Parts: sequence; structure tokens; C-alpha cells
Amino acid sequence: MAKRLTVSASPHVRSKETATGIMLDVIIALLPALVMSVVYFGLRALVLTMTCVVTSVAAEFLSRKAMKRSNTIGDLSAVVTGIILAFNLPATLPLWMAVIGSIFAIVVVKQMFGGIGQNFVNPAMTARIVLMVSFPTAMAQWVAPFTDTWAADAVTTATPMASLAAVRGGDLAMATGLPSLADMFLGNHGGSMGEVCSVALICGGVYLLLRRVISPIIPFTFIGTVAVFMLLAGKGNLEFVAYELLGGGLMLGAFFMATDYSTSPLNKKGKLIFGIGCGLITSVIRIFGSLPEGVSFSIILMNILVPHIENMTTPKPFGTVKEKKEEAKA
Amino acid sequence: MSKIARGVLKAVRHGRGGVSVSHNKNTAEMPVERMPIPSKVILPMQQHIGAPCTPTVKVGDIVAVGQVVGDSQSFVSAPIHATVSGKVTAVGDVRLANGLITKGVTIESDGEMRLYEGIKPPVVTNKAELARAVRESGLVGLGGAGFPSHVKLNFPDDKKIDTLIINAAECEPYITVDYRECVENAENVLKGCELVSNILGISNVVIAIEDNKPKVFEIMKEICDRDNDKGDKIKLMTLASRYPQGAEKMMVLSATGRKVPPGKLPADVGCIVMNVASIAFIARYIETGKPLVSRSITVDGGAIAEPKNLRVPIGTNIGDIIDYCGGFKSEPRKLISGGPMMGLAICGTDAPICKQNNAILAFDDRKDLIKKERDCIRCGKCVDVCPMSLMPTVIERAAKIKDAEKLASIGVNVCMECGSCAWACPSGRPLVQYMRLAKQVLREESAK
Repeated sequence: MAKRLTVSASPHVRSKETATGIMLDVIIALLPALVMSVVYFGLRALVLTMTCVVTSVAAEFLSRKAMKRSNTIGDLSAVVTGIILAFNLPATLPLWMAVIGSIFAIVVVKQMFGGIGQNFVNPAMTARIVLMVSFPTAMAQWVAPFTDTWAADAVTTATPMASLAAVRGGDLAMATGLPSLADMFLGNHGGSMGEVCSVALICGGVYLLLRRVISPIIPFTFIGTVAVFMLLAGKGNLEFVAYELLGGGLMLGAFFMATDYSTSPLNKKGKLIFGIGCGLITSVIRIFGSLPEGVSFSIILMNILVPHIENMTTPKPFGTVKEKKEEAKA
Repeated sequence: MSKIARGVLKAVRHGRGGVSVSHNKNTAEMPVERMPIPSKVILPMQQHIGAPCTPTVKVGDIVAVGQVVGDSQSFVSAPIHATVSGKVTAVGDVRLANGLITKGVTIESDGEMRLYEGIKPPVVTNKAELARAVRESGLVGLGGAGFPSHVKLNFPDDKKIDTLIINAAECEPYITVDYRECVENAENVLKGCELVSNILGISNVVIAIEDNKPKVFEIMKEICDRDNDKGDKIKLMTLASRYPQGAEKMMVLSATGRKVPPGKLPADVGCIVMNVASIAFIARYIETGKPLVSRSITVDGGAIAEPKNLRVPIGTNIGDIIDYCGGFKSEPRKLISGGPMMGLAICGTDAPICKQNNAILAFDDRKDLIKKERDCIRCGKCVDVCPMSLMPTVIERAAKIKDAEKLASIGVNVCMECGSCAWACPSGRPLVQYMRLAKQVLREESAK
């Protein structure tokens, strides 16, 4: 009997949750927005997404192989990076640019720093910024929904963020080309292919919250901080606040990118500071910056601060803090 | 009307963190069965935290149940008694389930279970007498830690103890012996509470039970309603059924709202925490004078043919116990002494049951036992579930590079190794092992 007994450290039972399962949940949460992007921008949105996903997974596989590390494509995190990167691109982007972006995200940002959990900035977000800097024209080719995204000379349109930035929090009536709030909510406006449909992103976000994949702290403080600042900037104009919250990459950023495990703080207090910081920087860029949108930069900047935030907010071990009130009562 | 009859207390305050482990209390409704007298018992001289005992008998001696066979001069120690009557056949090195080798006394049973004639009920009227009696009884914490109970009861006079907490939470999965103790020996539990609290002058007694054991509340309520005098200071408290509610520090927090500071004991915040089986034993001991010679254990797990709750003489061979439970029905891959969260994986069945063992579990291949170890994804679940507000993944990294300064500053020594972090980790990382490594790094550093 018993010749193959395992002797290992406790605990001897484990939860059923796995890293792969968590990533699968994120992919499920991203699906509604993917479907909506195909609805608005045609099959090219799907082709672009698949390009990013396939390149990301291949880049992960090959770079790990080249670095003589274990194969990790099974954890599905490269798939998530691919989808999120695609969501941050205009639907008209040449596919080869998407390939470059994906390789940069996986190889340079993620694997060169040690792979999953080790990268200090969000891979998809950094790749988007690299593409924006490298190909500024192609990365600003925003087309209106339901136009032919395959055509080389597709008619471009202003994003709501650009229209809003033009009036600088002033009179909404002065803003040109602003879609209705309902269209903002449903995603019927120009923008990156995955960020336009707020309702789909919110559904995905709620799914992640319910599945406890993400903590509500970061999305709520991020969006909340932006709301407060826009309320001030718009001098109490609630309609303006609604446009600001539904426009740009805020929903995508707050639910799917700022909550990235590797690049956000571990503890609650740290998450709170991180979320407020993201909201603050986004608002400052949107209100005062020359760029119409600041979600990506705010997340990257806060990513870099994470180690410091974490050092500052390390919780005190149980019982360290003397709670005088409690003692007096007892 | 007694306080219990008026209702059951809610925890003053629940601790943070913890995990919802599946309970698997398969043996909950199985009464504790007496196992037939084993043909021999091996009594290790180290069955507690503290100084080991020295054998006081020699080969060839005839001993009776309850006779001292090992004792120590040290304060933090507890004597070992013969658990069967018969002849001492060996005094020498024995191997324990955890692989340690210690001195041990082997007794061949004569099958008579003759009681030692020196046994008589102790006279207990004050704290010193209680502590001495409890020491003589050989009692150690029966919940699993094995800390000699008289040390807890013999707190310094300048410490004011106002609450006696009886730990009946039994938050470890599978184990049901504490529950059986409450159901079958509720009278003794309450008697023990009354006795100890009266002698020590403790005004509050809280019996803490997880809220998934309503039967216990009914039984205890009934007794208190019948004997009105008991109900006045004994209160029942419900805890959320969440692991690790039964941990000592969590218990103190739930019952009183007080936090035991790092490196301190419950007595430092005015509490004594005792396991429910220990307190019931004290009541029995004061009545009969029969020392700790047997204990209840749960035998369960997927590889055990007939899971059971058993009362076994201490020193019974684990293999014999498993055989009595029908043996293995499938090939065991993991044997655990204790619960699945904090118990010890053992490397064989040829070892004796000790005083602090509360369960023997045997598992075959099961998915949740083997989780592939992957890289940390920094999901923060270990941080969320840690009841001690630690950051296990950060400690893991610091332990790997032996960063003693960082380890000391993040307080790894308050870790009680409850296993919540490793349970929750989606990447299957052996975090408890790293916590132990981190503590070792700190020990080495302070030894420098």
C-alpha cells in the first residue's frame, strides 16, 4: 500500500480557481464589446482582433521558447492582451501595424520583464501609445460606424472627445458633430473599435465584479474622480459629465485596463489611491491638455507609481495598531 | 431566565479575510465509537509544545491505565500516562508521524484496561491547585496545537482575565470531533466552563460555534434552561462559517472585539481560549481523576472505506485505526494528520496517535489536492483573504531573496499559517511554505 504518498506543506486542499479561469472570465467579459465593435465597424473589427490575438499568442510562445522558459500560452493572458490592444485601435488600422503593436506588447513590455505578473506597465496600453507615436495618422483614422472600414479612403469623423475638447468644458451647444447621449451609450460614434460601446463594456465590467475577478475599488474611484472633475469643469452641467464618462476610453480603461493585476496595487488602500490618481490625471489631460483623451496616459503613469503606492500603503499586521476606542469600551 | 434562552450572541466583530472552504463534515452525524483495545500502544515523550518528558518506567514494568510513564521538571510540559494496562516492552527511540524521532514507551496491552489504583479526584479550590491538577492530568490543547493547558490557566496574577472563550468553531474541513463533543457531552462542556470560570474568577464565558451547527445551540440551551444557574454567565456565540474563525486570535476578536498584538497571548487582552474538548475533559478529570489517556479523532477522506469518529487510546497505531475503518478503498496519495488546511502530510501509517491529533485523513487523487504551480499573476487574492492583514505574495518575493529587513518590517511573524492564502491562490503557489521560509530567514538573521 501507499507507496506514492505525497508529503507537502499545508494546506492540502485548494480552491478551484485557476489563473486560466480568471483570464477566461476576462475574455467572456470582453465578448459583448467585441460583438458590438463588429456590428459598428464590420468584419474588419473581427479580423483586426484576431490578428492581435494570434500575434500575441505566437509572440508569447516564441519569446518564451527563445528565452528557454516554460510555455505559458495556456494561461490565456496573451489572448486577453491581444483583445484589449485591438479594442484600443481604430478599425481601419493596417493589419501589419497591429502585428507590430502586439509583438511590442508581449515581447518588450511583458516577457522581457519576466512574463505574467512581472510587467510594470500595462502591455496593451503601452503598445497603443507606441503605435500612436509611431503612426500618428493611421492611429487617428476614426471612422463613423457603419462605414466601409476596408476602404483605404474611408471617410473619417471626429470622436466625441475631440468635439468636447474643442469647446473645453464650455457650452455643449457650441460643440460640433456631437452624437446624442443615447448614441454615446450604445456606441454609435467614432472612436477606437472596442471603446465606443459603453453599455457592452459596463456589462462586461459588471460580470467581472460579480465573478469577483476584479475589485470594485479601482473602476469606481477612477470613474468617480473623473465625474467629480467634469462636474466642476462643466460648472455643474450633468449632460457634459455624461458625455465625458461615456466618451473616450474611460469605461474600457476603468474596468479592463486599470484593473490589470500586474500593474495595479495589491491592497485596498493602494487601489483607492491608484483609482483616484487615474481619474485625476485623465481629467487634467482632458481639461487642460492638448490631447483630447488621457485615459491611456493616466493608467501608464499610475502603473509606474504602483511600487511606491504599495510601499506607502502596506497594511499593518493584525493587532499592530492599538485601537483605543475599542479598549475603552471593553 | 438564562442568557442562552434569551438568544444567542452574535460575534462582536468579525475579522477580515478568510476563505469559504467546503466543509465536508461527512462524519458530523456519526457518534464517537470506541475502538477495540489495541494490542500495543507507543507513547512518545513529546506530545506537546515544550520540553519533552523523560520515561519514568523501564522495560518489564507492569503499568495500569492512568499511570505516569513520562514526566518532566519543566513548566511548559505535560506528563504522559499509560493508556492501556499491560507490560512495558520497549523504552527507546520511536518515529512520529511527522518524521521526528523521539523517546517513547511501548506498552503491550493485557486487554484488561485496569485502572491505576493511585487515581483519585483532585481537590481544586484555587488557581494554583487547578493549574497543578490540569498539569497532572496531562492535558494539552486538544484542538491541534498541543499547548499544555495548565500554562494557559496559570496566568500571572497581575493579568486580569475577564473572558473565557470556548472554541467550538472547528473551522477545519472534515473534522467533526469537537461537534460530537458538543452534542454528546454538552453537560461536561458546560460543567467545565462553570468550574474553570468560578475558580479563576472569570465573569464571562463565551462558547463560540460556527452558525452551521444549530443542533449544538439547541442542546446547550436546553441544559441551561433546566439548570438556571449555569445560564447567567455562559453565553453562546455564533460565528460565520468561514475559515479560519477558529484561530485563537480571530476567536478573541469575535468574542470581545479585542486584537491580540503581535507576539502576545490572549491573556494579554484578558482572555483565555480553550478548545471545547479540553474544557469537557477538565470537568471529567476533576470528577474522576482519570488523566488524558484517550481522545476522539475523525477518520475521513476519499480513500477511507468507512469514515468514522473514534475514541482511541493515545498511542494507538495509525495503521490499526485505518484498518478498523475498513482500510483504504482506493490508493491513498496523501495522508494527513489533522485537518486539510493546517494538518501535516505524513509519510506512512506506522506511527502512533498523539494527544493533539484530532483527525486522520486519507485522500486519493483529487483535483483540488494537486494544483499546478504557475507564476504569480498578482491578483491579490492572498492579500484579500489573509486574516492577519499580511501580503503573502510580497512576503514570498522577499523570502526568496532572503530580504530579512523587509520581512521584519512587513510582520511575517504574525502569520499563523492558516493556509487561506495558498488555498485561494489561483496559481497554486505554496505560499505557506514560503511563510515558513520567511520566518526561518528571520530566525537566521536574529541568530547572527
